This record gives sequence, structure tokens and C-alpha cells, in this order.
Amino acid sequence: MNAEKTSHTVALPDAEALCVQLAALIRPQLQPETVLVGIHSGGAWVAQRLQTLLGLDREIGLIDVSFYRDDYGARGLHPRVQPSSIPFDVEGRRLILVDDVLYTGRTTRAAINELFDYGRPAVIQLAVLADRGHRQLPICADFCPWRVDLDPSSELVLSLDDGGRLQWSLDEHA
Amino acid sequence: MRNPQLNANGALTHLLSIEGLPREVITHILDTASSFLKVSHRDVKKVPLLRGKSVFNVFFENSTRTRTTFEIAAKRLSADVINLDVTRSSTAKGETLLDTVDNLVAMHADMFVVRHAASGAPHLIADHLRRLGREDVHVVNAGDGRHAHPTQGLLDMYTIRHYKQEFTNLVVAIVGDILHSRVARSDIHALTTLGAAEVRAVGPQTLLPTAIEKMGVRVCHDLRSAIRDCDVVIMLRLQNERMNGALLPSAREYFRCYGLTPAVLALARPDAIVMHPGPMNRGVEIDSDVADGPQAVILPQVTFGIAVRMAVMGILAGN
Repeated sequence: MNAEKTSHTVALPDAEALCVQLAALIRPQLQPETVLVGIHSGGAWVAQRLQTLLGLDREIGLIDVSFYRDDYGARGLHPRVQPSSIPFDVEGRRLILVDDVLYTGRTTRAAINELFDYGRPAVIQLAVLADRGHRQLPICADFCPWRVDLDPSSELVLSLDDGGRLQWSLDEHA
Repeated sequence: MRNPQLNANGALTHLLSIEGLPREVITHILDTASSFLKVSHRDVKKVPLLRGKSVFNVFFENSTRTRTTFEIAAKRLSADVINLDVTRSSTAKGETLLDTVDNLVAMHADMFVVRHAASGAPHLIADHLRRLGREDVHVVNAGDGRHAHPTQGLLDMYTIRHYKQEFTNLVVAIVGDILHSRVARSDIHALTTLGAAEVRAVGPQTLLPTAIEKMGVRVCHDLRSAIRDCDVVIMLRLQNERMNGALLPSAREYFRCYGLTPAVLALARPDAIVMHPGPMNRGVEIDSDVADGPQAVILPQVTFGIAVRMAVMGILAGN
């Protein structure tokens, strides 16, 4: 694959509009007891947007997968670990795991492992704002409004702008 | 000279002392500990971070509580923990400290948690590992002589931050046998690094090290004036063997002058917290009404200690 072709010509869609599309994908399958779990930090922002868009009244869960990552041996502990907060009983619950970008699938794997240490959920589905391809594990998203094939040399980053709006940027690695 | 606790990349690879640790490193450990604290409230009180790693608790001096909390911390990180009672085994047979270390490295140890009566023993081990080219093996000082007890210092800072949030406006009194206390030294280094407004070292002349004011503390011999307007009071254990020696007339007289009673504590700020590293001597350095009272945070210190030790081991093993 040609990196220039994919990375430099890709148009980045409006992230807030993608949240609205993602909410629309989830809505038909939403059940009364469904709870969102956002992965720090991008997934947490998206989960908070979905919470409002879907009108859910149950508090969302937040997880930081730093203690479950498979690259700990190579890269050490993440310098800014956030506390995980799961303010509900996971046992028998329908969960939607929310992340900003689905890439290798390793973060999703770590998040599922962590959730099981809180209990045995009935269902876990995966909702992501973007699927950028290049999976290294057999994982796919149940809900995803934007699929794009990005070269591994570039990093798709979700951030908050000064006005608190979600925005995409593309960081190129040498 | 390079800080012996940091590796070539400036990352923390051993925890030997709080002295010389940059403020960011201390804050990073405390922040990480707050994430680990939540793990202990879950159904499964374990994370897989140190799965497959072997942590050796090597205690050349007895300490049930410290050893147990390190053991719990390592187990909650999914490490395999091996407790060695060296006082009763190889050392008693004449093996040197570094020979013991070499044997444990040959057993594929990944981390040593060391308690030793001699100041500097953990540093000696870290230095030895570096000369062996084994920078992948980490050392945690669990108390060496009168020198340092860094994880106790860190858990004390975690406790203070938990109740007081900020260090900048705090007045902290450390009361008792500072001369023999590695906890006091670690606390003083941590408090001055984190920018506490004032640290008071309180005790009889015989139990204060000479020139302690050079550590950035105010020396007080009168407990009542030292406690006035304090935000945090850290009481130290008076060891039994000091009570009837040349340093003190008697335990009763010590309690009369330096024991923390409700009447003395009333001189501190109304929201002041009382800490103690344990084990406590009720009626010697602390009155039971204070130890069991609403301002004591002595048991939360123990709970926080596990999370802080998890953070230290989790950070070291990844560097």
C-alpha cells in the first residue's frame, strides 16, 4: 500500500457529526438496560457524547486499560494512568464498549479482559468512531460510521479543540 | 554521578530513597496509586501487569506488616511472591548479602524487596546488579537502618494528599524518635520536595539527630507549641528498647511530655489528621482516644500502602 496515497489524501470528517451517525447506528439495537463503557481518553469523550445523544440516564463506565496492555513489558507503564470507574454491577449486564479508533484490536482485547474482572457481562458490543484497518486480532466493531485504510506510519488522533468540540488530526511518524 | 535509582533513560528502575527523587516522579507514583486503589474494590482484586514475574521479599529484619503489604501488592499485580526469612537461613549460616542476591538472581528473580538493619544495603544490591549487567532486576527498599523507608514515605504522602489535596499550605509536625526513624527521614524528604509550607521535627533533644534543621525542618522540643495550628501530625513509634535506656527516663514521662492526647490535639487545626506508621504503642506516644478518634487516619494509611506499593512495583518492573 502506498502511504502517501492513503495518508495525505484522506479527508478527515467532522468528529461531532460522526458521533451523531454512531448514535443513529446504535439506537435501533439499544435495550433499556444497556450501559456504555468508554475507554480513556478518546473513547470516554465519545461515550459522553453518545450518552447525551441517546438520552441514556444510567451513568457510563470509564476504563483505562494501562494495567492490561500487552506491550507493558516493552514500553512500561503508561505515564498517565486514569482510574477506571465502573459505577454499576457488570454481572449479567449488556455493555457497549466505546472507543475513538479501532486499529490493531489490542486495546479492545485489554478492555474486554478488564471488564471480566468486574463480573460476567451478558453481552459486550463494540462501538467506534473510526475503523482504520490493519487488525492484529480477530476483533471487529458492531457499530462504526467511518472506515478508512490508513498506513501504519500515520496516527489518527481524536482531541478536543479550544471550544470543547471533538476533532480529528493525523500525525505522521518519520 | 547518575542518580542510582534511575536508568540511562532517566526512568525509575530502583526505589532506594525519596531523597533526590524529582517531584514529577513522586507525583507520578501517587497518581498511579490512585488507579490501583480502585482495583482493591473490585470482584477480582488483581491486574495482570506482573504476570510471570517473580518478586522476592528478602527481609533481613523482621516486619510482618510491611512484608505482608508488599506481598499483597505483588499478588494483586499477579506476580509470584517468594518470602525469604533470611535471618533464620543462609545468613545465619554465614552467606554474604551479595552471595544471597546472586543465588536469587540465578533463580530468575525479577524484583527484590529488601529490608535490612544496615543503612545502604539496598543500594549495595542495586549497585551489584548494575555491575552484573542485570538492570532488568529491580530493587525496592523496604527499610534500611536509619536511612530510608521510601514506600512508607510515599504512602504517607498519598494519605496527606487524599485528605488535604495540596501540600503548599500545609504545616506538618513529625513527633517522636526521629533519631532512629527512617520513616521520619523519608517523610521529611518527601514533604520538602512536594513543597509543604512548614515541617516541624518534634521530640526531646536526645531523640533528634544533630543538624536536622539542615533538612529544611523547624526543630521544636515542646509538643504543645509544635502542634499548634498543624494540619497533619505524624506520630512515630517509640521502640521499647529506648524507653529505659540513657535516652529517656521512662515511658510514662515520655507520654507526659510527648504523648498525643485529645487535649494536645485540640491545639492543632480542627480538621488536622493524625498519622502513625504502626505498630502503635498506646499510652506511650499516642493516647487511645486519639488513635481511635475521628481525626486518626492510621488504618486508611495501611489500605493506601498497598496501592502505593502496587504503583511502585508496577512502574519499576516496566522500566
